[in-house]
Amino acid sequence: MLTLSDISPRSTAWVTPQMLVLALVMLSAPLWLGPVGLYQYLGIEIAIWMVYALGFNLLFGYTGLHSFGHGAYLGVGGYAFGLFQHHVGTSLVGGLAAAILASALAGMIVAAAVSHRRGIYFALLTIAFGQVFWFSAIKLHWLTGGEDGLLNIPRPALDLGVVQVTLSDNLSFYYFTVAVLGLCVVALWRIVNSPFGRILQAIRQNEMRASFIGYEVWRFKFAAFVLSAMFAGLAGGLFAMAQESAYPDVMSLHQSGLIVMMVLVGGGLVSFWGPVLGVVLYFVARDVLGALTETWLLWYGLMFVAMVMFRPEGLAGVLHRLRRRPPSAAQTRPVTSGGA
Amino acid sequence: MALFEARSIHKRFGARVVLENVNLSFEAGQVSGIMGPNGAGKTTCFHVLTGRYAPDRGEILLEGQSIGGLPPQRIARLGVARSFQVMNLFDDSTVLENILLALPDFRARRHKALTAAFADAALIDEAREVLDQVGLTGREWEPSVSLSYGDRRALEIGVALAARPRILFLDEPTSGLGTEATLNLARLIARLRQRYTIVVIEHDMRFLFRIADRIAVIHWGQVIAEGTPAALSTNKWVQRSALGELV
Repeated sequence: MLTLSDISPRSTAWVTPQMLVLALVMLSAPLWLGPVGLYQYLGIEIAIWMVYALGFNLLFGYTGLHSFGHGAYLGVGGYAFGLFQHHVGTSLVGGLAAAILASALAGMIVAAAVSHRRGIYFALLTIAFGQVFWFSAIKLHWLTGGEDGLLNIPRPALDLGVVQVTLSDNLSFYYFTVAVLGLCVVALWRIVNSPFGRILQAIRQNEMRASFIGYEVWRFKFAAFVLSAMFAGLAGGLFAMAQESAYPDVMSLHQSGLIVMMVLVGGGLVSFWGPVLGVVLYFVARDVLGALTETWLLWYGLMFVAMVMFRPEGLAGVLHRLRRRPPSAAQTRPVTSGGA
Repeated sequence: MALFEARSIHKRFGARVVLENVNLSFEAGQVSGIMGPNGAGKTTCFHVLTGRYAPDRGEILLEGQSIGGLPPQRIARLGVARSFQVMNLFDDSTVLENILLALPDFRARRHKALTAAFADAALIDEAREVLDQVGLTGREWEPSVSLSYGDRRALEIGVALAARPRILFLDEPTSGLGTEATLNLARLIARLRQRYTIVVIEHDMRFLFRIADRIAVIHWGQVIAEGTPAALSTNKWVQRSALGELV
């Protein structure tokens, strides 16, 4: 079985060839999405969920902490963004900052309870807390709008000082989300290849050994959880902008399960890029298979089952095996300039 | 003053008393041994001394400073390192990364989230020096899981040494090793004793008598004998133990 440490390089580079490929694909997408029968808004969804999935994988794949209630932080981010616009003022930066801070706060509350736990107890607690957030979002009608959600959330303009860029049309908003995605990819890449990130991976491999060489394991688990929740909150803020509304549905157990499926199918357990592949596969399956049959989710679910049974390393692992050559010493040196 | 002392340590799990009034003292620069039959409480004793379990009663002192009941990471940071009877490595990582993670200078950077983990050549050189000490030079880039059992034992000791310990606890280091690997391990400990204070739990008496300056015998959770290997070899309990009668 491959692991993240097999594929993940020990890169010192801020930007890797894989990032450039992703940038090229995402930046050119408006040119080819239409001709291949897709649409602009799909690109927005994919970019936002990539932010969510990559941040989720910091916890799930890298730290080995299996959260099944992460939709809560996506939802909290969305509500925080909407509430900021409705009650504080129309501001892009303010709204996204509120989304990140609110989800960080929610993440801290949950992490304080779960970071001393592991395995099934950790997973069950994340589900329980996720349900608490989801149920609260439905019941706190005066705050969240209940099942109707928060409506009429504006898309504030991007203020660059000398010029304001309106994000009301999907094309400009798409490029904004791609820019945010780019920043998140670079930040997460640095994190997973930093001392902090390598310690998270060490904790995934052997929590007891990590504590016996001097690491406060629960603090790292706490930090990973909160960081991951912050990325989910950022994605939630962007999602609220995209939909111009915020709903409790994204906080449901079903929706929280989707991100797990995306990350696993994509290969998040073995590669930094697994979540990216998983998100693309899910949304393309939804739209392409969905156009053919209403039972597309059944087929996606069966694909998930087949992947877990026969290729548990996911799409990224399959691609890695296909292009793997006999390892040379140079490929395994820790200080490299490339990525994988 | 002894480098490390355990005074009147008691530990029980439910109704079962595992350690009772255990007194141990480990002098700096020596190799100390703890022996006893299976189930005597040796490993529990190690777990208590290194922080995995808090003692119910008693004091644990490192250079006179009380460390009893501290969590393992705090005790580790004070300079107490250990290996485990059951192999405990970062199996997805390379041999070098196992060592790097345990270096105090790497640990000092634990909060750095945006700098590259392995860009510092000085850290890598230090890790290589540790690997040289345990005879794993040239194996840096191999996955730790691919090493032979004996080499994994050596790596486990390397991980403990990387922490620059003041005292090193080795829990049944010969467990699972063949004759040749056991001899290699004895040679390794002979080299390390010049630089480190070492405490070894071992059921292989021949091995322990060969490497230890002093030995404590634990049975039924109590220290029943203590002394130099020469003195203990005439002890009736140890003689009976060697014949397997004590088990």
